Amino acid sequence: MRKLTIAEALREAIAEEMRRDEKVFCIGEDIGIEGGFGGAFTVTLGLSDEFGHERILDTPISELGTTGIAVGAALMGMRPIADLQYGDFIFLAMDQLINNATKLRYMSGGKLKVPMVMRIPVGASLRGAQHAQSVESYLVHAAGLKVVCPSTAYDAKGLLKTAVRDDNPVMVFEHKLLYGAKGRKEGMDARGEVPPEEYLIPFGVAKVVREGGDVTIVATLRMVYEAILAAEELKRASISVEIIDPRTLVPFDWETLFNSLKKTGRLVIVHEDNLTGGWGAEVAARVADEAIDLLDAPIKRVCSYDTPVPFSPPMENFWVPGRERIVKTVKELFSS
Amino acid sequence: MIKIPGEKLIWMYKTMLKIRHFEDKIHRLFLEGNMPGTIHLYQGQEAVAAGVCANLERSDVITSTHRPHGHALAKGVAIKSLMAELFARSTGCCGGKGGSMHVGDPDVGMIPAIAIVGGGIPVATGIALAFKFQKSKRVAVSFFGDGACNEGSFHESLNMGAIWNLPVIYVCENNLYGASTSIRVAVKIRDLAERASSYGIPGVVVDGNEAISVYQATSKAVERARGGQGPTLIECKTYRRGGHSRSDACNYRDKEEEKMWLTRDPVVILRERLTKDGILTPEDSKQMEKEIEEELTQAIHFAENSPWPKPEEALEQVWA
Repeated sequence: MRKLTIAEALREAIAEEMRRDEKVFCIGEDIGIEGGFGGAFTVTLGLSDEFGHERILDTPISELGTTGIAVGAALMGMRPIADLQYGDFIFLAMDQLINNATKLRYMSGGKLKVPMVMRIPVGASLRGAQHAQSVESYLVHAAGLKVVCPSTAYDAKGLLKTAVRDDNPVMVFEHKLLYGAKGRKEGMDARGEVPPEEYLIPFGVAKVVREGGDVTIVATLRMVYEAILAAEELKRASISVEIIDPRTLVPFDWETLFNSLKKTGRLVIVHEDNLTGGWGAEVAARVADEAIDLLDAPIKRVCSYDTPVPFSPPMENFWVPGRERIVKTVKELFSS
Repeated sequence: MIKIPGEKLIWMYKTMLKIRHFEDKIHRLFLEGNMPGTIHLYQGQEAVAAGVCANLERSDVITSTHRPHGHALAKGVAIKSLMAELFARSTGCCGGKGGSMHVGDPDVGMIPAIAIVGGGIPVATGIALAFKFQKSKRVAVSFFGDGACNEGSFHESLNMGAIWNLPVIYVCENNLYGASTSIRVAVKIRDLAERASSYGIPGVVVDGNEAISVYQATSKAVERARGGQGPTLIECKTYRRGGHSRSDACNYRDKEEEKMWLTRDPVVILRERLTKDGILTPEDSKQMEKEIEEELTQAIHFAENSPWPKPEEALEQVWA
């Protein structure tokens, strides 16, 4: 079967949805400019040839306004897909996301809906502190946003198509190092088989990336690949790792996680976002609250440190959770 | 000058009268402790809501602010459901999930009011973008105060509304104060409408206490918008008759300035004009006031006798 990169898979998802439904349009910076980039990461490249510049709508550099415009258009039945280039820029748009996108339905007593998608590139990638943050947790916290984190091309396409058809605001997080990943880092090849026929992936259904019996690792985006590398190494130490990629953080598939813990009794959560207040804290709290009996060991989190994202490669590599820290943490669970 | 049909003039007058009586009544109910929450009253600015909305169809859509009661009444939100919302009852226009600062009713073209200063301006612009996509003749109107003009959302939205020629009218109600801060210390320009020139759209200053002037300016702006010629910024100079919110004694306002503006009551100005033109008699006006009072009494009765929302309803309507 043909293989696509995540960028290609996302592009195909957008094109299919735009062909299917004329209410779908893209809005964002540098997404359709002739001779431009197709967004910061090529996802919308070439789409304006087919759909024109009205439906691949380039904006000035105005993140707050663009997000509010997406909210307003969604209220009137359109289905915008907004692109802010870098997750770090979401902070410019927070008022519209948090105060309007999540609340206008509620404040209207259920009369309105806000069917919009935001595509949000995240992840440290040698760009320093302001083009590198993983901002999922801020939005997981805002009641009313669905949060999607695809780690493969197959998931990216199926989840984005579902996002476009969802009647709620959906935040789709894309990791910058995974877009066109072809071995840029060891073990990281997010290209994958994508069937040419249409498919959708429902939200709230985790994927068991690898089956194992001794410890469960929950990871998203790039961390899935670090977890796979760690699992290989741990296998040599006779520790069998089960890896769960929740794929959507809101809604979260607790059932798959709890079923895994029934088997393994040990939980390690890995995310690239800072430790404190990250989504991993919520997963840990829920498991402690509802499934503590399943555990044979303390819950561990392997996360980035509570600092800005550093630039210099030795520091960035140290900062981003990787195979070594995951292996070390897992081994500690078996050392006592 | 456009000739305004008599029935429109009467509608505007009656709407302004309704807003005035509504707000006066709310103020009393609030001080008597019958109403939960906070309130921002609209007395003194009635000509803006009425003069703008007299140009709109039910299918046109407005966004509003933390001071939204006047806009709601002028856009046609049912007085009973508005009152019930202020009483926090389940029969309110937002089912008790809005309150004073978020009243609205999408069925009559009013998004729940957005109480973050400037927060409604991008939303109205997006609504207008949808209308353009849909090849509709509908227009969007964003009401906001002078304070909003110093928010980034104002700049970003007017610019995008302009470059895409969107059918949106930006109505700035300049009541000279953002809470207690005078416009004189907040901006260096004389008229906020001047800012329109930096977006390449028309900017108009009108006397916001003259309903007819507001109507005329809006009429032109709506025609432009429906004709695909893009947005207009209308600055309506006006004045709050009361404080910013419930406990504001307005000690920051100059007493001479206050006196000057308070003698320029928009309701009285329109009444005198219509009376002079023979469109309205004092008896008509008295009759209207009587009807409005009756309607208000019924609305209060309805609200007070409406059920409270069930506590668990707080968990509903987050997700579509």
